[in-house]
Amino acid sequence: MEFLLIIISAIFVNNILLAQFLGICPFLGVSNKLSTATGMSGAVCFVITLATVVTYLINQYLLVPFKLEFLQTIAFILVIAALVQMVEIVLKKISPSLYQALGIFLPLITTNCAVLGVALTVVTKEFTFGGEAHMLNLGEATVYAFATSLGYGLAMILFAGLREHLALNNVPKAFRGLPIALITVSIMAMAFLGFSGIV
Amino acid sequence: MVLCLSAVCLICSALLAGTYAMTKEPIDAAQVEKTNKTIAMVLPAFEGDAVASSIEVGGVSYDYYQAPGAGYAIVSTVSGFGGPLSVMVGVNSEGIVHNTKVLSHSETPGLGAKCQTDVRFLGQFQNWNPASKKLAVKKDGGDVDAITASTITSRAYTLAIANAVEVYNKIVEGGQTNE
Amino acid sequence: MSKFSLITKGFIKDNPTFVLVLGMCPTLATTTSAMNGLEMGLATMFVLILSNIFISLIAPVVPDKVRIPVYIVVIATFVTVLQLAMQAFVPDIYETLGLFIPLIVVNCIVLGRAEAFANKNSVGDSALDGIGIGLGFTLSLTVIGIVREILGSGSVFGWKFIAGDGILAFVMAPGAFLVLGYLMVLFNKFLAKK
Repeated sequence: MEFLLIIISAIFVNNILLAQFLGICPFLGVSNKLSTATGMSGAVCFVITLATVVTYLINQYLLVPFKLEFLQTIAFILVIAALVQMVEIVLKKISPSLYQALGIFLPLITTNCAVLGVALTVVTKEFTFGGEAHMLNLGEATVYAFATSLGYGLAMILFAGLREHLALNNVPKAFRGLPIALITVSIMAMAFLGFSGIV
Repeated sequence: MVLCLSAVCLICSALLAGTYAMTKEPIDAAQVEKTNKTIAMVLPAFEGDAVASSIEVGGVSYDYYQAPGAGYAIVSTVSGFGGPLSVMVGVNSEGIVHNTKVLSHSETPGLGAKCQTDVRFLGQFQNWNPASKKLAVKKDGGDVDAITASTITSRAYTLAIANAVEVYNKIVEGGQTNE
Repeated sequence: MSKFSLITKGFIKDNPTFVLVLGMCPTLATTTSAMNGLEMGLATMFVLILSNIFISLIAPVVPDKVRIPVYIVVIATFVTVLQLAMQAFVPDIYETLGLFIPLIVVNCIVLGRAEAFANKNSVGDSALDGIGIGLGFTLSLTVIGIVREILGSGSVFGWKFIAGDGILAFVMAPGAFLVLGYLMVLFNKFLAKK
């Protein structure tokens, strides 16, 4: 039950793109085509979940015992950068087909603030899933990270679908490109506001 | 290449260690000052320093501060509309709620977030006597006027105060604390 | 490029928000009021100036292969310095901006300027570039903040001129995208050089 709450909350209510504004740059950058959007979502999903688990463990067993929490930012970004490199190398070796699909997006992910954002959120913020406010444990953190990245994928793919249609329309000159895209996102965000309060 | 990387890391860690050492005291001082300010806000004027301790009520641990001669400032956290809602509740020595103050929240800006600023809503809790008035929003048969369009936040805020009153009763009747 | 134009280019020609379209996350998330936008802009500017100076100093001795990791370490260091300083001296602001202070690390503007400007220019010019781009970013954030605050809460910099509530949607997520979108339209129409 609690996991279900986390999943619904992370995908719909607190959608990482439309409600928390994390990872907007790649969202606007690669949402021109449905196929690239799908690839990027897959890669983000993979990296966010993995990075959150690793940084959670590092925080729990390395930073907290030595009272080094103030190094969270610098430690996490280095871990994420190294992790992305490793994922790239490993994927290349064991699954060339997956590497073909996700490979070009991987280097872009280091500077995707959604990854660092989720990693920092789960170790610093209290949540109230299932009653009392508490810090997430490893299982909840993993589910939260995975669900959040699913929310990222959902918003990204929906938006890419809309944008493909937008490209075919005759838009006033000053609106072309990003402005009309932002206005479209605004309407999507409004729709997602409808989910607020259900969890 | 390795030399360069290690040199950069060395410089950076030296810089960080220096900043950390320099800012550690001000950070702690700022936190203590903030807590003291909030305590002073929710309780009548008192002499000396408030003493921090904690107590367990209904399986949940509550932090509270005992102010000599003035009463208790209790930190009560409940689940609001958008996440945890943490309120400091000052209960004076007669068991009357003196004042309340939001410590942290994740309510909707412009709606639930008004629980920090809405004078009409917050004002009603000043000198609230839990013995004569019921701590529940009017919709639920109590005496609290909810913030317009934010019943869930108002309910959570009221619940936080009700929990704090319960904690207060426990502190007073128990007479002992696990410091 | 003259020293003066290094500082002013961030306002229109190389405006980080409307022309370069970098650092969108803090731009959207922290501009719920004019004051928040201003504070976020200044915080980013602080990191931008320091990292630009430091990177232009070390750039000649850093081998190409490890350039990016070195830059990330440098930027992350300055962000942590900023975090500690803010916690110590302006804890309220630190709390309001929350997550978006550590996220300056992954703000593309900072890494972008290091890569595009600081590693091939002198220390002085890099500092000026940091100030210029930082000012441009601060200005954009403040303008977005002002518009959202006027529409969303009927006030400017906390000074209320309409009694009661504004249009709440502008303080919430949809308003952020909408205001940025329309400001970009206005920018394209009137200011952008063809």
